[in-house]
Amino acid sequence: MSARGRRRRASSDSNEIITLTDVCKAYSTGAPALKDVNLRINKGEFVFIVGDSGSGKSTLIKLLLRELTITSGYINVMGYDLTKIKHRKIPKFRRNIGIVFQDFRLLKDRNVYENVAFAQRIIQKSNKEIKKNVPSILAIVGLAGKYKAKPKQLSGGEQQRVALARALVNKPTVLLADEPTGNLDPKNSWEIMKLLEQINENGTTVLVVTHNREIVNAMQKRVITLKRGVIVSDEEKGGYIDED
Amino acid sequence: MRINTLFYTLRQGFRNIFRNKWFTLASIATISACLFLFGLFYAIVANFQNIVKNAEQGVSVSVFFDSGLEDSRIQEIGEMIARRTEVSNVHFVSADEAWESFKADYLGEYADGFTENPLADSANYQIYLNDVSMQSALVTYLESISGVRKVNRSEITATTLTGVNALVAYVSVGIIAILLAVSIFLISNTVMIGISVRKEEINIMKYIGATDFFVRSPFVIEGMLIGLIGAAIPLGIIYVLYNIVMEYILERFSMLSQLLSFLTVTEIFNVLIPVSLGIGVGIGFLGSITTVRKHLRV
Repeated sequence: MSARGRRRRASSDSNEIITLTDVCKAYSTGAPALKDVNLRINKGEFVFIVGDSGSGKSTLIKLLLRELTITSGYINVMGYDLTKIKHRKIPKFRRNIGIVFQDFRLLKDRNVYENVAFAQRIIQKSNKEIKKNVPSILAIVGLAGKYKAKPKQLSGGEQQRVALARALVNKPTVLLADEPTGNLDPKNSWEIMKLLEQINENGTTVLVVTHNREIVNAMQKRVITLKRGVIVSDEEKGGYIDED
Repeated sequence: MRINTLFYTLRQGFRNIFRNKWFTLASIATISACLFLFGLFYAIVANFQNIVKNAEQGVSVSVFFDSGLEDSRIQEIGEMIARRTEVSNVHFVSADEAWESFKADYLGEYADGFTENPLADSANYQIYLNDVSMQSALVTYLESISGVRKVNRSEITATTLTGVNALVAYVSVGIIAILLAVSIFLISNTVMIGISVRKEEINIMKYIGATDFFVRSPFVIEGMLIGLIGAAIPLGIIYVLYNIVMEYILERFSMLSQLLSFLTVTEIFNVLIPVSLGIGVGIGFLGSITTVRKHLRV
């Protein structure tokens, strides 16, 4: 099928939420970070993206967020053609994506409540709505009692929950989690993964980039494995594939 | 923009000032230092120019007429001179006035021996100029008028004042250039610090879906406030300093104050306040816009 044909197919399939067709991404130096990547993710899926360092996982997340642009191919996320999207439309596009990072990326000088409320302020919610939505999402992630604490007063697991609450408060269609358990101990890692699963059960499409073999193997979700910028495996109810 | 978003943006702008205390202090200190130097320099140059201008206005050219020249011709000559653009004022001194003035200045009580006016032919026009550098051109013109016997002028004064004026202009341009270069260097350094402090914060905002306007507004408000404070501090210092220095000069060097005319603090601040506040707020505005813009392409 030609690239144009695939594009038409992607836009006509209403269930498809992420479409990558023959995507290549090359940086100015070195080998391409992603090579001929073809990927389709449907609404409501839970997908692990695994691979070793330098396999292109982070590049893939950055492309999905439109932090980077592709070198060639076609990429569509939630109906937005990211090859053509205008700079001023990017904020609106990102408001439908929740993002969680390994290093949490909280605003250090603001308390838990303000960090979560910040996401609501960006989409211009009224103070009344913010006062209703923020405590309720903090209760879901188990931090209702710590809304006044500053990030540095929280443990790693708690900080990641705040980041998760911030990502979820605007009810995103897609949640991207880039190594969400990378800085957490096993207990906290499992708790975060359970929260992600719960979020997914409520209808949000969840993409988790991870190194955590144990979690991937235990959760029995779709697993996409990247190796040197190429998808080497895409399995429903898959497991972590070793490099060698 | 919703009203609570507007208030939020304003509140964040004010809060940012206290959030990064060291950055705020460094920025205010930089802008204050630059504007203090600017204000000091302006006060000195403005006074200098005022002194030179007053001295220029005191320089006159005297025109004497041929013996027995008719009054109507003298008047005609006066009108011709007054029409010249470089002339600011023409004053007619009659022979009697000239004698009275001479008596008062040099003779005092010894003048009683004179029964007739020995300066009968000394009726003249005292001509004051707008621009003292035009003096020789005016003198050439005056000498060419028929009925004019003699033109008196002080060439040394005129040349000195023209020279001083040119020197002040060159020095002003030089110092302004140095001040600008120093300001740009200091401010760009401060902005660089600002970038490293804000980089992560701006990135987070952009990832969450904040528009450029939403990200930029609190920083711009913060920048303008810093500029405003950075301008107000040196204005206050210069105000106090200027009054002290003027008082000191007038007290200790009273001779000077009779010779030289200094500007009042109000005259200086009529210009300095709007210019300093404009520069301060402008620097704050441009500094914050530049700082944030580099990180908006996320």
